[in-house]
Amino acid sequence: MKKLREVGRSVVRVDARDKVTGRAMYADDLCPKPCLEARILHATIGNGLVKSIDVSKAREVPGVVAVYTCFDVPDITYPVAGHPWYAASKAEKRDVADRKLLDARVRLYGDNIAVVVAEDTVACDRGLAKIEVEYEEWPVVYDPKESLKGTEHPVQDRRPDNLVAHTLAETSKEKLAELGYASVDEALADPCHHHVSIHVESAEQSQVHIETCVSFCYGESGRIVCVSSTQIPHICRRVIGQALGIPWGDVRVIKPYIGGGFGTKQDIHYEPLNAWICQQLGGACVRLELSREELFFATSGRQPKTFEVEATVDDDMNLRARSILAYSNTGGYIHHGHALVLNSVNSFRWLYHTQEDVIRCEAYTVYTNGPHTGAMRAYGVPEGNWAAECLMGDIAYDRGWDGVEFRMKNAIRQGFVDEFSPGNYISSRSNGLAECVEKGKRYIGWDEHKATYANETGPIRHGVGVSLFVYKTAVAPFALETATASMTLNQDGSIQLQMGATEIGQGADTVFSQMAAEAVGVDTEDVHIVSQQDTDVTPYDSGAYASRQTYVSGTAVKQTGQVLRQKILDFARFLHPDAQGELDLRDHMIVDVVGNKVCDLCELALEAYYNMDHNDQLHAHETVNVHTNALAVGCTFAEVTVDMPLGQVTVDRIINVQDNGRLINPKTVEQQVHGGMSQSIGYGLYEELLVDERTGRCRNNNLLDYKIPTTMDLPDLEAQFVETDEPTAPYGNKAVGETPTISPAAAIRDAILDATGVKFYHEPMTPQRLFEGFRKEGLV
Amino acid sequence: MMDMRILTCTVNGKKVQVGYDPRESLLDTLRNRLHLTSVKRGCEVGECGACTVLVDGVATDTCLYLTQWAQGKDILTVEGLAAPDGTLDPVQQAFVDEFAVQCGFCIPGLIMSTEEIVRTGRTYSRDELRKLLSGHLCRCTGYQDVMNAVEKAVNWCVEHGYSDQAGARA
Repeated sequence: MKKLREVGRSVVRVDARDKVTGRAMYADDLCPKPCLEARILHATIGNGLVKSIDVSKAREVPGVVAVYTCFDVPDITYPVAGHPWYAASKAEKRDVADRKLLDARVRLYGDNIAVVVAEDTVACDRGLAKIEVEYEEWPVVYDPKESLKGTEHPVQDRRPDNLVAHTLAETSKEKLAELGYASVDEALADPCHHHVSIHVESAEQSQVHIETCVSFCYGESGRIVCVSSTQIPHICRRVIGQALGIPWGDVRVIKPYIGGGFGTKQDIHYEPLNAWICQQLGGACVRLELSREELFFATSGRQPKTFEVEATVDDDMNLRARSILAYSNTGGYIHHGHALVLNSVNSFRWLYHTQEDVIRCEAYTVYTNGPHTGAMRAYGVPEGNWAAECLMGDIAYDRGWDGVEFRMKNAIRQGFVDEFSPGNYISSRSNGLAECVEKGKRYIGWDEHKATYANETGPIRHGVGVSLFVYKTAVAPFALETATASMTLNQDGSIQLQMGATEIGQGADTVFSQMAAEAVGVDTEDVHIVSQQDTDVTPYDSGAYASRQTYVSGTAVKQTGQVLRQKILDFARFLHPDAQGELDLRDHMIVDVVGNKVCDLCELALEAYYNMDHNDQLHAHETVNVHTNALAVGCTFAEVTVDMPLGQVTVDRIINVQDNGRLINPKTVEQQVHGGMSQSIGYGLYEELLVDERTGRCRNNNLLDYKIPTTMDLPDLEAQFVETDEPTAPYGNKAVGETPTISPAAAIRDAILDATGVKFYHEPMTPQRLFEGFRKEGLV
Repeated sequence: MMDMRILTCTVNGKKVQVGYDPRESLLDTLRNRLHLTSVKRGCEVGECGACTVLVDGVATDTCLYLTQWAQGKDILTVEGLAAPDGTLDPVQQAFVDEFAVQCGFCIPGLIMSTEEIVRTGRTYSRDELRKLLSGHLCRCTGYQDVMNAVEKAVNWCVEHGYSDQAGARA
């Protein structure tokens, strides 16, 4: 790979200093206090109707300013998922509008039915306690298959069958006929091959960003300003406009630093309600912050799913056919809907589709009265990976094959093109998976440990496990990919960079600065990025999701930087018409074709601002429309100790080795991998939002009962890389942010299988499930 | 609104007098009345550690600590750590150098607990440090670079006799 100047350096994060000194401002830090506070009244039934609400006593509580109920808000439904809003030419791709600011139709326990506005949160809570609600209560359905049988009152009237969507992608009849099969089922039943069938489940995981969801709104010049902890400021503006039925230009959204999002903040949750309250109160400043307890059920977690998985395999380690049937529980609202489970079954296919002739990927997304769900880091893929890897682990174990060899025989390799995706965009043009796996094997001591741990007996056992992953970068060709960047040359020769893409903790601002410096020909330290997005002045970008920004928004940075560079060189030519040959910008100088200095960049910049004859503030603003995609690949190797009587798994060592293309900033990529691994360890071993199926009520909505990993729960996390040069990317880079969250859980599952011979299919593998599994096998 | 009272204490080395509602937590007083916004609200029930400050040298969850209890106390927040010329304190510097910072929301709390540790003037094993910091939840880092930063800061402070200097300043 060609060495680059600024790309590939582990420069210190541009936000680090402000974040260790307390100067970095997050949404609530900017709120002018005291201001009005708003808090939500959540329904205490799981399904039914609000018949009436008596708020008279709440209004009498000292400090209460206003109470609004589901009968007061506009009768407007709006979509909340963080996706582009297509124009009329592609209206069929728009998200479904199924949310109201407050709704008398209660679809899930905790639905929003009223709001109290008061001078402080104590008065809010006292007001909430005085509201009297009369409900008509209907039975709750939580199981998607039960829900599909039909309910007397559909969860959403527009879908009487409670079905959000059903999709099927399978090997064509023609190809099946060529192979001598009448159907996929016949292929799966081929007596020449070994047949496997398993049932797999994955629970709802919660994002648990440490900053809650918070916004404050105020009026300004007849418009509404909303400062919010969002991943998607431009989409937030549009959704507020839609929800209030006002022109989108009448809304200004400001996104400062945010304290983690992981997908929660790729939905618009309470900003529209807050904006509406502000509007009712003449533009008074209103703050609305969810409590930690509310976050678990009032924002959207990872969709719980079940999978029926089947496969056949021959004696030479080749998969011959696979089938996956998925049911995904979206809860009471659609939010990101079917896109999530499509990602599950698609990635199931892509990962091990090299040898097999026959494939079937079928998926249902279903409305229930469960908590509403949405995007969470890696967007459906960890669930599909769990299903794919349970299958691979079982086959290797049962047939006595080496798990790595079997996987690599079937795993995605360079040249793969997905036959079911539009165009040839989902294809592996760069693929370092084989090297990743070799590095991982070496680190964990695969062969040695397989041998040492093979004949262990007794209650405490050890094992090593593996799993692989594949992840696409951004959302093309399935959806629009667009980004805009803006750059200005300052008087001192430094560069002002403005992005619509958002820093959410992942290090985006730092790598954008590096890419800008690379493209213009200056140092990263010369680039000043405006971290805050303000829809009044910030260029358009869809925001932080789908591991898209470094690839898509990075393409905008590169193009904008190249345009600005050319403008600088053209201005140098204007100033120095006699300079020899083609000009170049390097080392803060304009140089001629033989490398002689023509002028300093800062001199040129001053001329650009103040030249009496021809001044020009040199500026570039470019929008890119990206149609390509790129597949990141990698693996996890884990070593565990299993205490069977205690049902306790200790992850002793764990490594992710990833091909994320070229690393723009190796240290920030490493950061992402550490964090993703920890979330997947939690996902695999203990994170589960518990829902009472009778009432739909969430049972563990606090950080004591919903556990995320602490310093005591994690081993040292090892992150290594194999760099490839992705040809479709601005600088050879591929998806990073979500990728490390995919494979650790399944690698731990594989290590437990290696240690104990017991197969677990239900994620998370909690002590209870582990103990029951070991007891069933007579091991405890 | 209840009748306000006056809190008199030391905050980041300066004598402070500020009015407060007697129902108020120190978290709200520091954030809303003194604009020390490094003190973060993550859970309000002592589960996450984001609101940790030093009260008389002891790392304390301010969401669980009534402002009233802070009368006459010496309070230190992240805003009070850097030298007057802006030079970062060794703990802050280690967090920057080791890439311990991502979204940054839990970081002020983690830094303050680390300040409590470095002021003891002794070294700790990595496992001991893990235990000492287990009251802080971070969702971004997997604690890997955080532990590296804390280890580095603790060792640096022991080598340079930092606890005595910090003691002398306080």
